[in-house]
Amino acid sequence: MTDLLYSEAEDDLRAAVRSLLAARCDAAAVLTRAESDTPYDPGLWASLATDMGLAGLLVPEKLGGQGATHREAAVVLEELGRSVAPTPYLTGAVVAAETLLGCHAENPASPEAAAVAELLGALADGRTVVALAVPLSAAPGAHVPRAVRAADGSLSGRVTAVADAAAAKVLLVPAEDGLYAVETGTPGVTVESLTPLDLTRPLATVVLDGARGRRLAGSADAPVRRGLLAGAGLLASEQLGLAEWCLEETVRYTRDRKQFNRPVGSFQALKHRMAQLWLEVVSARAAARNAADALATGSPDAPLAVAVAQTYCSRVAVHAAEECVQLHGGIGMTWEHPAHLYLKRAKSDAIAFGAPGRHTQAVAELVGLPAPQ
Amino acid sequence: MTDAAEVRALTQELLAAHPPATTDRTDFLRARFDAGLAWVHYPAGLGGLGAPRSLQAVVDAELAAAGAPDNDPRRIGIGLGMAAPTILRFGTDEQKQSLLRPLWVGEEVWCQLFSEPGAGSDLAALGTRAVRDGDDWVVDGQKVWTSSAHVARWAILIARTDPGLPKHQGITYFVCDMTDPGVEVRPLRQITGEAEFNEVFLTGVRIPDSRRLGPVGEGWKVAQTTLMNERVSIGGSRIPREGGMIGPVARTWRERPELRTHDLHQRLLDLWVEAEVARLAGERLRQQLVAGQPGPEGSGMKLAFARLNQEISGLEVELRGEEGLLYDDWTMRRPELVDFTGRDAGYRYLRSKGNSIEGGTSEVLLNIVAERVLGLPSEPRSDKDIAWKDLAR
Repeated sequence: MTDLLYSEAEDDLRAAVRSLLAARCDAAAVLTRAESDTPYDPGLWASLATDMGLAGLLVPEKLGGQGATHREAAVVLEELGRSVAPTPYLTGAVVAAETLLGCHAENPASPEAAAVAELLGALADGRTVVALAVPLSAAPGAHVPRAVRAADGSLSGRVTAVADAAAAKVLLVPAEDGLYAVETGTPGVTVESLTPLDLTRPLATVVLDGARGRRLAGSADAPVRRGLLAGAGLLASEQLGLAEWCLEETVRYTRDRKQFNRPVGSFQALKHRMAQLWLEVVSARAAARNAADALATGSPDAPLAVAVAQTYCSRVAVHAAEECVQLHGGIGMTWEHPAHLYLKRAKSDAIAFGAPGRHTQAVAELVGLPAPQ
Repeated sequence: MTDAAEVRALTQELLAAHPPATTDRTDFLRARFDAGLAWVHYPAGLGGLGAPRSLQAVVDAELAAAGAPDNDPRRIGIGLGMAAPTILRFGTDEQKQSLLRPLWVGEEVWCQLFSEPGAGSDLAALGTRAVRDGDDWVVDGQKVWTSSAHVARWAILIARTDPGLPKHQGITYFVCDMTDPGVEVRPLRQITGEAEFNEVFLTGVRIPDSRRLGPVGEGWKVAQTTLMNERVSIGGSRIPREGGMIGPVARTWRERPELRTHDLHQRLLDLWVEAEVARLAGERLRQQLVAGQPGPEGSGMKLAFARLNQEISGLEVELRGEEGLLYDDWTMRRPELVDFTGRDAGYRYLRSKGNSIEGGTSEVLLNIVAERVLGLPSEPRSDKDIAWKDLAR
């Protein structure tokens, strides 16, 4: 059975990340940043990724990382979710790192293996942001998207809705004949920013027109599946943190806010909704920890644990954010109040790495509950 | 300090002195109680060793491996889970000495005389009267939803001893002998057709003052111990995947492809995921308890299981189509044990309706979570400071 609790070291890690985010990433700062031309705060990223060493949590020590597991990365993501922090952590330190770790070269002395090791080292020290060039909506079990053609190491094609591409220095590009590393800012690479629903996770269209790439693996399938599985599984922890903030903030507000000569939080009609949400958050925690632990131990149950966590936590995060807006009343509908940042992140997260319906389909296959003929 | 090795040694001594294969079941259980291996966290002399509760698992594993009989805890759940902790905390030495051993061994079954027709969610409004008469109390009133009353020797009873005080203050807690004259037990037939529960009519029942538990007027406080232990005893064990109500419907789905529709498929998968998450949440709670970090999460588990049991069994009746129009048996029966997942889908559907009522309605539990876990303010109350006799009824 999986370990569903938090260790003392994980609690300490949480405290450190929370205190950094409290100082550097409050709601007002996130909103200001989201409206600026540079949605990421490079200083915050340097503190998290390099100073605290969090970019390399999943990278083995011999490759320059921390050699930690998905359990610790999940705790970081809970905290990032709580503050809707605009950082390329999930996309870079989880999805890109796992994709690279999934590039098993048959010959460790090959140029591919050297390129992978070099990239993992650069990713782990936090100075090079790496992103996987697939749409944010791509699900782990589905067909790996291939919108890019390769001819003699020259790549052409168009990939839409790539998360954090604008912040990335290196893009991991799946093509028909393998996985390639492409540096942004080189000839033939264009990153066109899109207007995202979630202001805290920038999206872009990546256009490659004869771009040069370094081949990392002969087939993109296994590495990309591994990256997306880890991304989907740990997104559940981000969703948990997000839902937890929405509940806590709603409880705080409704205890304080008075109408009809009493706190609105004393009305059963509101209390029952918040109690129900608490139950969902408690359950989401169990599902998210189960997924993180299954990924950390390499359990054969990991795909099921991830599908269950994604189905459940996506819905809980959206429900929590929607209740947060509604139970705040008018103030929850304003641009000034941060509730909308959480609603937009939650709704967008529900689609990220496959909408809940995709994951219930995966559950159906994994546990043998087939659809009607 | 008692440790695992010591407990294991004591268990082996018990097994050597009373080999299960050749020892009468009751004799073995009595010997186990006297050896302090009944509930190791209880004090010495009362079936325990004053040891950490976690060591009980060591005893249970040793005894199970040796094929020793157990005390059939499901049959005596109210005694073990509710009466015993209350007697231990509030009972006199004489009460503890005389009551706990036959309770644990299972020679004497216990029931709980708390709920009344006029006092369900608002239990503190109960109206069964106990009037002092010399060394006795004379009890008159009606209790309801009493499981095991028809087989019980003893009951834990709360009754009103001072109607002039506000409702929480005028209650006293007693141990009632169910074989006394004036105790009448009638089956209470429920929507499933059977009668798991009883109504208990108390008419001029004389209870000696020596069977009072705790001080006069402190019965509500004593009852909190009983009810707290009821909640602790729920959700303590590990459940396998598809272990609950989802199991039968998943099996039906796999075995009967002709019943499948797209609408039912989506709903089944959503419920499967929710059941799996509820199972994981229960497992997480169990791990917290084992690690000695109990959290407030337990208050929510019953809410989750009640709703899931109802939705899953409702789906199963629908899935069965024409068979869902039928019911296995409406005969009035008195089952000794209740199995929520037993019998057919129609029974499960009807029985699970009780899951959101028994042991605290879901609405009351949501209030408890909101107020005690989330710290939300209570509704303004008009019943706290007026005498019980002046309450609206």
